Amino acid sequence: MSAPAPAGRSARDTILARVREALAAPAPLPHLAHHAPQPAAGGLPILSTGASRPWLPDGGDTPAETMNIFVENLGKLRAVVHRLPDMSAAADLVFTLTRERDWRRIAHHRHPLVAPLLAGVPCATYCVDDHGHCVDDHGHCVDDHGGPSGAESAAAKDALEGCDAGITGCEALVAQTGSILVSSATCGGRGLSVLPPVHLVIATADQVVATLGDALEEARQRHAGRLPSMLSFITGPSRTGDIERILVLGAHGPRELIVIIVDDARA
Amino acid sequence: MIAPDPSSHTAPHGRPGPDDAAHPGDHAEAKRRFLRDAATSVRDTEHRAFVRRALGGYYQTRDAQKSRYRDWEHARDAASVAKWSAVNRLDELLPRFEAAFTANGGVVHWARDADEARRIILDLLRAAGARAVIKSKCMTSEEIHLNAAMEADGYGVVESDLGEFIQQLRGEPPYHFVFPCMHVRRGEISDLFTRHLGSPPTDDPEELTMIARRHMRRLYVEADVGITGANFLVAETGQISITENEGNARLTAGLPRVHIALAGIEKVVERLDDLAVLLPMLATAGTGQPLTCYNTLYSGPRRPGECDGPEEMHVVLLDNRRTAILADPEQRDSLHCIRCGACLNVCPIFKNVGGFTYGTTYQGPIGSVITPHLRGLADWNHLSGASSLCGACTDACPVRIDIHHHLLHNRRNAARCAPHRWERLGHRLFAFVAARPWLFALAGRVGRLTLPVAKWLRPPLLAQWLDSRDLPPAPRHSFRSQWSFRGRRS
Repeated sequence: MSAPAPAGRSARDTILARVREALAAPAPLPHLAHHAPQPAAGGLPILSTGASRPWLPDGGDTPAETMNIFVENLGKLRAVVHRLPDMSAAADLVFTLTRERDWRRIAHHRHPLVAPLLAGVPCATYCVDDHGHCVDDHGHCVDDHGGPSGAESAAAKDALEGCDAGITGCEALVAQTGSILVSSATCGGRGLSVLPPVHLVIATADQVVATLGDALEEARQRHAGRLPSMLSFITGPSRTGDIERILVLGAHGPRELIVIIVDDARA
Repeated sequence: MIAPDPSSHTAPHGRPGPDDAAHPGDHAEAKRRFLRDAATSVRDTEHRAFVRRALGGYYQTRDAQKSRYRDWEHARDAASVAKWSAVNRLDELLPRFEAAFTANGGVVHWARDADEARRIILDLLRAAGARAVIKSKCMTSEEIHLNAAMEADGYGVVESDLGEFIQQLRGEPPYHFVFPCMHVRRGEISDLFTRHLGSPPTDDPEELTMIARRHMRRLYVEADVGITGANFLVAETGQISITENEGNARLTAGLPRVHIALAGIEKVVERLDDLAVLLPMLATAGTGQPLTCYNTLYSGPRRPGECDGPEEMHVVLLDNRRTAILADPEQRDSLHCIRCGACLNVCPIFKNVGGFTYGTTYQGPIGSVITPHLRGLADWNHLSGASSLCGACTDACPVRIDIHHHLLHNRRNAARCAPHRWERLGHRLFAFVAARPWLFALAGRVGRLTLPVAKWLRPPLLAQWLDSRDLPPAPRHSFRSQWSFRGRRS
C-alpha cells in the first residue's frame, strides 16, 4: 500500500523560512552554573560526552562495580535479578518458574541464549520469528520474505497476546539506571518484550555496561549505520501512578520483569 | 476549523477547553474565566488538600533521585546546552532529521498550524483505511484537538494511557500535562468504570488499573493505526524518542499497521548521545525516577528481518506558532522545555488554583509563559500575573528555563502593546511625588492617617487587590523621622 505524499512542499518551506527568519536574531547564551563559555564553541561551554559524564549517576568503573550497581538499581525498581553460574542453572530456573506459575505457553524468539532455556520446558512455546523468514544464530535475518501478511500478522498478535510469559535476549544491561536495552532486530521484535504479562530477560555478565551513553554507543556499533526500527530501554516492570499517585505495577506492559544473568554462557 | 467537541473538551463549570482560535473581540473573556475559576478553586479546601497530598511524595522521591547524580547542577548545564544548541540550529537540524528519517523508510509531514496537522492525520487515516485508532499520551494532540476531529470523522479513538483514558471517559482535558487525572478520587474512577465498562465497584487502585488493562488488551490488537507523540527527535539518526511508564506507547507504536507520531518542531536534538543526559533528567525532574519504565527510540517502520512492527511510520512536525516563540530571542529558551512537569509540581499557584483554572493545554508556570505566544498575548497575559515570582519553577527546571523572569517579560510586553491607562497615570503620579521630598513626606502623612480606614473605604483601584489581602497596620512614624530620631540618639 502506498502512503500519501507529504502535504505540500509549501508547508515545509514556510516553516523553515519562519525558522530562519526567527533565528536571524541571536539568543543570549544559556546561564550556566558550572561552565565557562568557550569562544571556540561559539560561546558555549565544551562538555564531556559519551561515557565520560562524571556528573550523572554512577555506573561504576570496574566490571564488578558495574554489576553490583546494576543489580542494586534493578532491585529498587521491583524487578527480580538472578545471577547464575551457567546456562543449565538458568534452564532449571525457567523450568521451576514454569511449573510454579503454571505457565501454559511461553513466547520467545530465536536467540542463542534463549534456545537452551526452552529445551525441556514443561509447556507449549511460541516463537515470534516463525512467520515467513529465517534468522541466524545471532538473531539476524538471513532471508526476508517481506514480512507477515495482514492475516498472519493478526494471528501473530493474537498468539502473542495469549502467552503467559515472554523470554528475550537483550542488547545491553545499563548499571547507571538499572535498565535493559532491547531492540526490534535482536530481541524478538516490538511486541514480545511488552505484550505478555511476564518478561524474562536472559543475558551474560559481560553485557552489563556502565552508562546509557555506553549502551547507545554499543548498539550503534553493533548495527553499524543501520539501527533497528526500535530500541527500547526497559527500566523495571510496567507501572502507573495515575490513580491518586499510588504506584501500581503492570499497567499495560509486563507486571513482572525477571532478569537472568549467567556468568558463563558456554556451559 | 473543527468545532470543539462538547463531550471531550468541556472542563468542569461548563467552561470550554483550550482552543487554538483567538477569541474574537472580547480579550478579557479568558481572564474573567481565570479569575472566577481561581476564586472557586481557592475556596475548595478539600480539593486543594487532595492535590497537595497527591503531589506530596514528589519532593521526596525527586530529591532522593537527584542525590544520586554526582552533580545535578552540572547535569542541568549539560541538558540546557544540548537544548540550546538544538533550538538555535533548528534551521539546520529539522531538514537533517527529515533526511535521516526518510532514509529509514519513514515519511515526514509539515504542519503550519493545528488545522493543517489535523488534515494531514485525517488524510493518513483515510489512506490507511483505518477504523479503530489507539493513542498514547500526546499533549500536542490535545493542543490541536485531534480526538474531536477524528471522532467527528467517524473514527473510534481510545486513549491508552490510564490517566488519559480516565479523562477521555470523563470528557475532560488533562488536569496536569504529566499527571492527567491527579485530581480524580479513586471512588470517582470506580463509578466511571462501572458506568462505561460495566466493572464491579472497587476502591483498590490496583484493581482499577487491571480493569483498564483488560479493557485495552483487545484494542491494541485490533487497532489499525497507533498515534503517539514524541519527546525528542534525533536529527543525526532520524529516530523519535518516546518516554512513558505504562508500556502503552510501546504497544501503540508496536502493534497497529500504521504508526503516526505528532511532534512540535522544537523537539529536535542533534545527537543520539544527547539522550544519555536528557532521558534521565526528564525522568528525575518529572517523577523522581532514575529513568521512566520505557524510553523507546523508533527510527521508522518494521525493517526486513524484524518479526513485527508497523508497515508505515509518519512523523507530523507541527509549528502552530512555535516559530513565534523562536522569533523572541529573550524567551526562545522556553522552547527548551521537555515537558517534565516539574514546574507545575512545585508551583504554589498551581497547587492553589488547580490545573483546569488555567484554561490552557499546558498548565502551570511553563504554560503561563508559552500560552501568550501560542494563543495571543492580549487574551492570555493574565497568566503572567498567576505567579508569586518565587522562582520555584526556575529552580526545578532541568533545562534551566528562566521561567519566572519570562512571566515578567510577558507582563512588560503586554504593557508595551496595550498600556494600562490607570497604571500609567499611577506611576507618573508616584514619580512626580517621589521626586519632591516635601510632597513625599506629605503623602506619607496622609497615607498613615488613611490606611486604617482604607479597608472600609475600598477605593476603586484598590478594591480588587484588597479582596484577598490585608493591609499592614500603619506605622506611627515615617521611616525618615525614625532615621533622624535614631541618628540623633547614637
